[in-house]
Amino acid sequence: MAVEVRLPTVLRNHASGASVVSLDGATIGEVLAKLVAEYPGMSGQVVQDDGSLHKFVNIYLNDDDVRYLDGVNTPVPDGAEISILPAVAGG
Amino acid sequence: MTLYPSVLGLIGNTPLVDISSLSPNPSARLFLKLEGQNPGGSVKDRVALSLIEQAERDGRLVPGKPDQILMEPSSGNTGIGLALVCRVKGYHLKVVMPTNVSIERRQLLELWGAEIIESPGSEGSNGAVRMAQRLAGENPQWVFLYQYGNPANPKAHYEGTGPEILHDCPGVTHFVAGLGTSGTLLGVGRFLREKLGDAVKIWAVEPPSGEVVDGLRNLDDGYIPPIFEELGGAELLDRKTVVRPRESIEWTRRLTDVGIFAGISTGAAVAGAIKCAASLAPGIEASIVVVSADGGWKYLSTGAWTDDLDEVTERAKSIIYF
Repeated sequence: MAVEVRLPTVLRNHASGASVVSLDGATIGEVLAKLVAEYPGMSGQVVQDDGSLHKFVNIYLNDDDVRYLDGVNTPVPDGAEISILPAVAGG
Repeated sequence: MTLYPSVLGLIGNTPLVDISSLSPNPSARLFLKLEGQNPGGSVKDRVALSLIEQAERDGRLVPGKPDQILMEPSSGNTGIGLALVCRVKGYHLKVVMPTNVSIERRQLLELWGAEIIESPGSEGSNGAVRMAQRLAGENPQWVFLYQYGNPANPKAHYEGTGPEILHDCPGVTHFVAGLGTSGTLLGVGRFLREKLGDAVKIWAVEPPSGEVVDGLRNLDDGYIPPIFEELGGAELLDRKTVVRPRESIEWTRRLTDVGIFAGISTGAAVAGAIKCAASLAPGIEASIVVVSADGGWKYLSTGAWTDDLDEVTERAKSIIYF
C-alpha cells in the first residue's frame, strides 16, 4: 500500500529536509519500520526497540490517532496519509 | 436576577446551545457549551478558581496575606483566568507564556496586573512548561500551581462542567473537546463515564501544533501532562482526531451562521464533532456535546473572520490557539 508520511520539523533533518516521504506497508508498524530503515537517523525516535510507539510521538492515520485504533497493527489503506506529530501541550 | 457577592461567583453554569443545523447527519444533534461566557472569557476560569481555592485549602496560599506570588506556564487562557482570580483575591501572578500568542492574550494578562515572563515561541507550550519548572526550582517561595499536574484542574470539570452538561443534555452520547492540558476531557469524561457508562463516547481534538513547533530538539522534548497519565486519559478516550488550521478557521467562520462568535480552538472542536457526526451510521440518534473554550474576541487581530482564508491559515500555523 503506497502512503504518504508527513514528518514534523524535528524529524526532517533525518530525511534531507523533506516534509513528506512516500513509503509502503500494510500496517502502521510496517510503514514505520520502512521509514526507519530508509532514514536510520529516526531510529529510536518514532518506534522503540520492542516495536511500540515512542511515548512522545502521535501517529495519525488520515485524521485519527492510531493509539485509539489498533496501534501499530492498524491497517493502512492505499493512498492514506500518515502524520507524525510530537506530543505538545496546550493550555 | 441573582445578586453575586463577587465576579468569581459568575464562573461556571455556562449555557449549552443547539447548533444542530450545522450537523451533516440529521440523526446527530450538536450542542455547544459556551465557556466564553465565563467572566474571564474562557473555560480556564473554572480551572483557575479551582487551582487557587485548592491551594488555599492546602495552606499554600493564605487569603489576605500580602506579597504572595504565584507562577504558572500558560499559552494564555489559564493565565488570564488566574490573573482575574488573583486580581480579585490580591495575589501577584507571573505567567510564563510563549511569545507566539495573539496580542489580545498579552493585553488581557496585563490589564489584570499579571507579569509576563516570555518563553521561546519556537518551543511552544512545552518550552513554557520547562521554563516554569526551572523557575519554580530556583524560587521555592513562589506558589507553583502547575495546571498540567494538579488534580484540581480536572476536578473543576468533574464537579462543574460535567454535571452541567448532564443536567442540560441528559441524553448525551458523545463528548468532544480540545486536548490542551487534558483537564476538560479528564474531568467531564470521567464524570459522564461514571454516570452513563459506555453509552457515552469521549472524543479528543488536537491541533497539529507539534508540526510547527520547530524548537524541539528531538521527540524526547515532547510533553504529556502528568494528569493525563495519572488519571488514565489513554483508557478514557475513545477517539483522538487531529484538526488542521484551515479546517479550524473554516468552522470558526461557519459558526457565525448560527450566531456564535468563538475562538479558533472552538472551530477545531466543532470540526471534530462534525467528523464524529459524519462517522455515525444513518438513523442512529446521537447527541454530541462540544466545548467552546472561549469567545472570538481574543483572535480579532488574527483576521480569522475577515482576511483571505489562505493567508489566515498560514498565520494560524505560527500562533498558539489551544
